Formats: sequence, structure tokens, C-alpha cells
Amino acid sequence: MNQDTIAAIATAMSNSGIGIVRISGPQAFSIAEKVFVPKNQKKKLSQESGYTLHYGTIRDEEELLDEVLVLLMRAPHSYTAEDTVEIDCHGGILILKRILQTVIKNGARLAEPGEFTKRAFLNGRIDLSQAEAVMDLIEAKSEAVRKNSLSQLRGSVQKKIRLLREQILYEIAFLESALDDPEHVSLDGYADHLDKELTGWLREIEKWLLWGKNGRILKEGIKTVIVGKPNAGKSSLLNALLGQERAIVTEIAGTTRDVLEEHLQMQEVHLNILDTAGIHETEDVVEKIGVSRAMAHTEDADLILYVVDASVPLTRDDDMIGDLVKDKKTIILLNKSDLETIITPEEMEERLRKPVISISAREEHGIWELEKAIENLFFQGELEAEQDLLITNLRQEKLLEDTGKSLNLVRTSIENQMPEDFYSIDLMEAYTSLGKILGEEVGEDLVNEIFGKFCMGK
Amino acid sequence: MNTGYEETCQVVVVGAGHAGCEAALACARLGLETILFTVSVDSIALMPCNPNIGGTSKGHLVREVDALGGEMGKNIDRTFIQSKMLNLSKGPAVHSLRAQADKAEYSRSMRKVLENTDHLSIVQAEVTEILVRDEWKETLEEGKNTEKVLAKRQVTGVRTYSGACYHAKAVILCTGTYLRARCIYGDVSTHTGPNGLQAANYLTDSLKDLGIEMLRFKTGTPARIDRRSIDFSKMEEQLGDDRIVPFSFTTDPEKIQKEQASCWLTYTNEKTHEIIRKNLDRSPLYSGIIEGTGPRYCPSIEDKVVKFADKSRHQVFIEPEGLHTNEMYVGGMSSSLPEDVQHAMYSSVAGLEHVKIVRNAYAIEYDCIDPRQLRPTLEFKEIQGLFSGGQFNGSSGYEEAAAQGLIAGINATREILGKEQLILDRSQAYIGVLIDDLVTKENREPYRMMTSRAEYRLLLRQDNADLRLTKIGYEMGLISKERYEYLLEKERLIEEEMKRIQKVHVGTSPEVQQFLERQESTPLTSGITLSELIRRPELNYDILEEVDPGRPKLSQEVRDQVNINIKYDGYIKRQKKQAEQFQKMEAKRIPEELDYDAVGSLRTEARQKLKMYRPSSIGQASRISGVSPADISVLLIYLESWRRNRNRKEEKSILLEEESKQSE
Repeated sequence: MNQDTIAAIATAMSNSGIGIVRISGPQAFSIAEKVFVPKNQKKKLSQESGYTLHYGTIRDEEELLDEVLVLLMRAPHSYTAEDTVEIDCHGGILILKRILQTVIKNGARLAEPGEFTKRAFLNGRIDLSQAEAVMDLIEAKSEAVRKNSLSQLRGSVQKKIRLLREQILYEIAFLESALDDPEHVSLDGYADHLDKELTGWLREIEKWLLWGKNGRILKEGIKTVIVGKPNAGKSSLLNALLGQERAIVTEIAGTTRDVLEEHLQMQEVHLNILDTAGIHETEDVVEKIGVSRAMAHTEDADLILYVVDASVPLTRDDDMIGDLVKDKKTIILLNKSDLETIITPEEMEERLRKPVISISAREEHGIWELEKAIENLFFQGELEAEQDLLITNLRQEKLLEDTGKSLNLVRTSIENQMPEDFYSIDLMEAYTSLGKILGEEVGEDLVNEIFGKFCMGK
Repeated sequence: MNTGYEETCQVVVVGAGHAGCEAALACARLGLETILFTVSVDSIALMPCNPNIGGTSKGHLVREVDALGGEMGKNIDRTFIQSKMLNLSKGPAVHSLRAQADKAEYSRSMRKVLENTDHLSIVQAEVTEILVRDEWKETLEEGKNTEKVLAKRQVTGVRTYSGACYHAKAVILCTGTYLRARCIYGDVSTHTGPNGLQAANYLTDSLKDLGIEMLRFKTGTPARIDRRSIDFSKMEEQLGDDRIVPFSFTTDPEKIQKEQASCWLTYTNEKTHEIIRKNLDRSPLYSGIIEGTGPRYCPSIEDKVVKFADKSRHQVFIEPEGLHTNEMYVGGMSSSLPEDVQHAMYSSVAGLEHVKIVRNAYAIEYDCIDPRQLRPTLEFKEIQGLFSGGQFNGSSGYEEAAAQGLIAGINATREILGKEQLILDRSQAYIGVLIDDLVTKENREPYRMMTSRAEYRLLLRQDNADLRLTKIGYEMGLISKERYEYLLEKERLIEEEMKRIQKVHVGTSPEVQQFLERQESTPLTSGITLSELIRRPELNYDILEEVDPGRPKLSQEVRDQVNINIKYDGYIKRQKKQAEQFQKMEAKRIPEELDYDAVGSLRTEARQKLKMYRPSSIGQASRISGVSPADISVLLIYLESWRRNRNRKEEKSILLEEESKQSE
């Protein structure tokens, strides 16, 4: 039976304000007692019966974090069949994180992804032993799984981690080839070279860790991609949404050649917005790359904002974009309503069967309507924030720390003038840790692995 | 052509090269009646290419073969003429022993061992056919004709060229480079095996008839030249080590210290490269005469000149072929260029201006199998009792061959005796890495052992092969009780001494400080344990004897182990952790009867690969190219539910049984 007590944020991460921190395991009650101060100070949680609610506050030492409701469930009458405490909080993401950290500080362990489900399974609470049911579960989830593992970290940070991993692999390969073919591959001066690389890598890792700790969210919220033909006003829209000049807006079509990513906190919803290069047929090599990236981004987007220049006629490129967004949650924005328009909202709605809003990005007309439309989608449950937020962030944080430790050990080896063949032991370890962040390494333990991959979020 | 002669034994080994010798010896030593076939008794344990045993990572294999009870290490200890521990400037993981052999002596000595091993007989004949017995199963489906399905195919023996039949329960194929062999240089090609020996031209067809998929590989060898035509004054002499370390853990080092022969180092130059470049179009490799795939890691000189176009020279090692011959091997210059080009090319090298070639360099093409048709036990998946080892399995090198031969021999024996098969994993031995790579990974060229292939090489050192494997050798029955007990004693001594030096306290006495000063090591500011001092880069266990008066008298091999274990403790621990992660995945076995079509979410490519290669463990499955981490996860969950289901069924049947008992 599981001896330790685990905790995690059990609700989807959004700034809806309300969220639940769940604690499960033999110490669930005693840990909750340490962080929870009941309104009625004489009350002791451990003496209360199951299925009862208690009002009070969560404190980290003396600091008051949030007003909460605490729900007690006694084994085996809970999801995991263990003693379980759920803390209903309403302070937003940062407070949720703080509460989770406090719970962990007081003796709980951060749950692995899917670990609550795993425990439920192992404790016989849910019957997963029937192969068919299990396979159905995977089957039903496999698309989401694939998306999840692919998108664990998206955007620039993922790219950077991937790049770092490749650089480490390159050094490993170089070291190994020097061992195999010393005649043709020389290690003269290699230690100095590697030391320099290590300094750079460690600085990067430190930076990423710092971002995480400052609450700079690597990836949270709804992945929103702005698409459209060149010069349809995509960048202007982004600027209007952000209220500041971020994307370069010019009159020349094709200005945004790569992909810009921005974070937007609307009143209730957090968006990760990607502004992409205009999608059109082009011979320009650089532009081509931009276009293919834009298309790739739409594939795993949660929401697409399709910007159409209402002042010019539709073309073949619009057909292409139409195909791209066909199966996606999409809002069509008829831009340039301040100019003479030749395309009507009705026409567009008829064409793609998606909601249409007329806007003028330049005049910032219609932006409020757009925000409302997005929030409506969200609250109707049609949009979901991504699930792997804090958990993976903390996990990633740990793995990144492990990577840093391994790289530091390589430095120690260099300092101690160890023979070069020792470097690869810790370089390999760093490589593996980074692989785990990216989901490209299969971990060791069967059940952990399975439920980590397939039953995220529960 | 049927002579009608028949004979029955237990194991047939086809081929008496380095794989065949180990295989036959293992079977016979384990008590099985064994017949070893060779096309020429005079070519037993022949070294048709380089005149040395061991070298980087290959030395590890020899040590491991020895630790398991094989013969190669002992045989080279009897017949070496120079010995060298390579890579001493690097870490202990890559120290590698290499010995120059007297080729003729090596061969003669191995033959003597074979001839004097009980239960082992040698027969000179060409095996042309593998005999099998098929067991059929009838499918009974209503309304349909019954159909016969092959249920099991069991090897029953071999037939020779003359038609004689040898019945056996297991057959081990170690045909080396002899199957449909063809030797080539320039536009000259002869249908012979190495050194002009008779090729085996019929067995391939028999194997194909059995559904075995064949590949065609190529390798090559440089010229042999007359010692008297070499100007050694233009070369650097390469001496053996002052203190010779034996290969075999059973060889007493004192007994093999002897006068050693020298090797010589010279270099190719721009002129050599120019000659090669000008004649590339006449190379059978570039003109397309050779179809086989050659080894990237043992390239011909023409390959090197093309691949490393920016290098102005390449090393050339001149090595004696033996003490009683003037023939010298030109290491680093294997080639299949035409005869006239060879003469021009070799004589352009410093010291070889007046070279006389005794034997031309040539390339050799031969049939081998795609080893992914084998289990990690080296038995064919589709034919029970048929095993194989060595170059036939797509590897290259004497040492790789010997290692596989030994494992194939052990497993053939154990199958006949109904015992569990031996599989070494990647964290146990280079042999494990070698075989796992062969049976799991796609291999398009002769496979050569390399240090970089071993993930856990700090654990798989050549110095601890006995500590890793001799217990297994003892369980297999190839290691004597005496040797086993010697090992246990060695283990005990190592452990005790390690415990002791972790407790020995070294103070800041003037003697100690002076000692450290002499060793250019920082003086102590306070007391420290001996083990901490050993960890200093400039110090080691042996040097510290001076400040360790209570030290017991221990053999060098024990002292070496203590030193390495203490000095590299942190690294060894970290690598052990990595190995444990690996072992967890290896321990998850995949049942043979698993129906991959029933596993829902596998990607198509992964399903095909898994069906084709039927890996024996999750670990092995994860190394098959085309199988992704996501596929592995799917497989893991399927296996877990499959297992649970089965357990539940068993429980149910037990319950039903009990119920029926109660109702009775």
C-alpha cells in the first residue's frame, strides 16, 4: 500500500478564481491540520467525520494565503480510497500554487501526473483490470495523449530545451567518436571547449528556472493562433489586444515572417497568442518557412482567430485557410471595418459556418466584442485551458534542476582533470532528464508511466 | 551422391573459426557429444586478417569470454608475442588489452585443445544442408476443409556434401565468411574463402529453403609483406608493455613475462593518397563489382582517403604474423585495389619503398543472416535447436565471434538439457551489448564492438569481468569449483580492504605532509581518511602505501579493484543508478504468444516492427527503431492488464474448482 501522501491541484488551471488542491494518503488529515486554521479554532480536522465541509483559512507559517472550504473524505470513501482532503480555494493560480507548495512543505509529496487515478486503481477503487476498458480509455484518450505529450512545452522554451538537448548529444557523440577513433578524432583542448559550453548551458538553465520561480508561466492558458493572408491585419489585431506595439506593423505584406508569442490576461481568461506569418503561396524561402510554421501552429491550437481583410476580395489563399480551420474552434474577424468593405459577415458565416465579428484592428473597434466572445466560449466549456500546467511545471522544474546538477558534475570532472571518458556519464544523465521534460524518454516504472501518460489531470 | 553414412551425436557445430571453437568447446565441456565440422582441419582458429587479439572494447570481450569459461583468453596467453594495455591515459573503463599473436601457434594451440577435449570430435567436411522436422497442426473449422499449419520446426541434424547425415538435437552455425565467399581485388575475383580456402557454396540455399533471410556483407584485409624488404629505420618502434598483463584470469602473470616482438608505426602520405585517388575508378567497390556492404568502422585505405579527404596522412602499423615467418601485416591499409596499384600504393609509404608483397590485399564478400531472426539466446526464432554465432550473424572480428560462439554453445546445451537459457543484458557485459545490438537493431554492415556502444561501460570494465561473470560461468558449469572459490575469496578481500581504508585516518604529521609535497599534492589542513586521499587525481591506492602502515599484503588484482572502486566511487554509483533504470525495463518480459494485433493503440509502423521481431522484453522493444516511447507506454499498459486478466482467470478457475469440490 502507498505509504506517502500526495498532493496536486486537481482542477484545470485558469484564472476562473476557484480551484481545488487535493491531498491523498495516510497523512492527508494531519497535513491539512498543519496548514488549515478553522473558523472555530477548537475544531480538529482529524476528529471530524468524512463528507463534512469546514470553513477557515490556509496559512503558510504566519502568512495568510486564502479563505477556503475544506472537504474531508475518509478512506475508503474517496476517489483514491485513501484519506483525502480537498481544499477549495478561490485566490487564482498563484495562490493555488502557494497553497500546494505549503502543503508539500508540510509533508506531502507532489503527485505524479495521473497518480490519483493510479492509486484509485491500485486500491481497487476503480476497475481497470478489464483489458477492454483500459484499452478503450487509451483509445479515447490517445489523440489527446499524443497532443499532450507533444505539447508538454510549446513555443520557445520547448525549442530551447530541445536545442540544448541536441547540443549535449553532439558533445556526447563527439566524445564517443574520439574514444572509438582516436586516430582521426582528437581531444586536444576539448576540456576547455566543453567547459565553456557548460558555462553557457548552466546559465540558460538557471534563467529558465528563475522564470518558473517568478511565476512567469511558461505555458498556461488557451493557445490562440492568429491566422490570415498577408496584410490582413493580424499583427494589428495582436497589438490591439495587447494594447502595445509588439508585432511590427507595416504596410508591406509579409512583415511577420516568423511566429510571435504573447500572453494576454483578459478579465477571466488567459490566452497565449501566437501571431503568425500570412498564409499564402510564396516562392520566398524565408516566407515559406514562416507559412509552414503558421500552418503547423494551427494544428495544435485551442482557438483560431482568422483575420479577413474585408476590403479586398477572397482568393485561393482563403480557401486554403478555410480548410485549415475547418475542424478547429475558430472566430472569424472581418477586419478593416473602417474602410469600404466588400465582404459581409453573413457571407463569411455562410462560407465557413463559424462565428463572425466585424472589427477594425487599427481603430480598435470590436475588440471588446471579441474578448466577450472568447470568454463566452470558455465558460460554455467549449474552450479548455491546457491541463499540464503547474504539475508539469514543477516536474519540469525538478528535471531542469537535475539537468543542472548533472552538468555541474561534468564541470567538477573537468576541474578534477578526470579523463574525458568520464564526462559522458553525467552528460548522458543531463540528456535523459531533458528528454523526460520533452516526453521523449520512457521512464522506468510501468504503472507510473502508464498513468502518467494516459490519465493526465485526474 | 548419397554415401548412406549416418551418425548420431547431440550437437553439431558448423565451422571451426573463433565462434565455432568456443561453441564446440562449451558443448563438449558440458558433457554433450559434439561434432565440429570444418572445411579444412588445418584452418582451425585461423586468423585470416589482423594478427592480434583484443584491442579497444574487443579486449573486454575476450576477458568476458574467459570469465565465463571460454578458451580465447587462455589461448592467446599461450601464443602471444607482444602485449599492450591500451588507453592507459584514459579512465579505467576504456583500458583495453591487446596482444599480438603468433598466428600459426594460435591456430595450432587451439587445435590441440579441441583435439584433447572429451566428447568433442572434429570432422573435415562441407555441410550443405540443415535437416529439420516439421510438426503440423490441423485447423478444424466447421464447413471448411481442414488446413495444415506449421506448429513447430525442430532441427534434427545436417547433411554433408558427400551425402552423409549427422543427427543432432542442436546445430550451431558458425560459418564465418565462407558462405558463397568471393575474394576480390581490382577486376580479379575468385570464389574462395579467406586465404584461398574452399568456400561453402551450398548451405545458403538450404537456409533460404528454411525461410531464413540472408544478407551479403563484405570485409577486407591488407597485404602481407616480406620483413626483409622493410626499412624499419624510417618507422617508429612500438614495444610491448614492461609488465605483461594476461588475458585470462587463470593465467599466472609471473609465468608469461617474456621477450616480446616489436610492431612498427609509419604513415601514408599525400603521394599515397594521390595514387589511390587516381585509381579509385579501378576499385571494385567504386565500380560496383562488390555488392556487399563493408564495415564503416574498419575502413579500407581507399575509404579513409575519401572519407577523411583533409587528412594528409593515416597511421600504418607493421605487425609480425608470427615468430617463424617473415610475413608482416600492414595494419590500416586494407584494400581491394588492383595488384599494380597496391604495389605503387604500399611502396609510397615511408620505409616500404622497396616492399615485396607476399599476399595481396583483397576484399571478401560472403553470405550472412539478418540476425534479427534470432532470439537473444542466439537461437533462430522459427527453428528450434538451430543456433548461430560469429560473422554468420553479421558481426566482424575474432573476439565478437568467440563471444557469440560461447553463448550459442551454452544455450544449445541448456536447451537440450531443458535448462533456462542464458541472456546477458547490456548492463552486465559487452557480450550482452553485442548480442542485443545484433538481434534488435538494424545492421547494414559487419557489426564491430566499440566502447561507445556500451552505455554502462564504467561498470563493464575489463578489469572486473571475473567479478561480473565468473559466478554465471560457474552456474553454467564451465568454471571449476576451485576457480569459483578463488573468486569468492577475491571478492571478500576487496570488500574488507575497502572497508578498512574508509576507516584509516591520516593525520597531519610531518611525514604525511612531506609525502604529499613529493607527490605534488596539497598538504592537509586537518585529518582525512585514506579513501578521501585516494580520490585526489594525483594520488592512488598504491602510492599511498607509504602513509598506510597497517596495510595488508594483497595481490595486484585486488589492489587495482580497491583503487578503482574508491577513486571513481561517485561515478560508479551514478552509473549503477542508470543501469538500474535500464534493468527495470529489461525485467518486463513480453510473452511469446502476445498478439500485437490485439493491442489497440499501437501505431502501424510499430505494430509491424514488433510483429516482425517479437522482442522478448519491453526494454528490447524500446530499442527497435520505429517503436516510439508512446508505443512502449501502450504496450506496457496492455501487458499489465493482460497479466491482471490472466491472474483473475486463474483465481476464478481455482474458485470454481473449490466450489465444485464443496458441492461434491
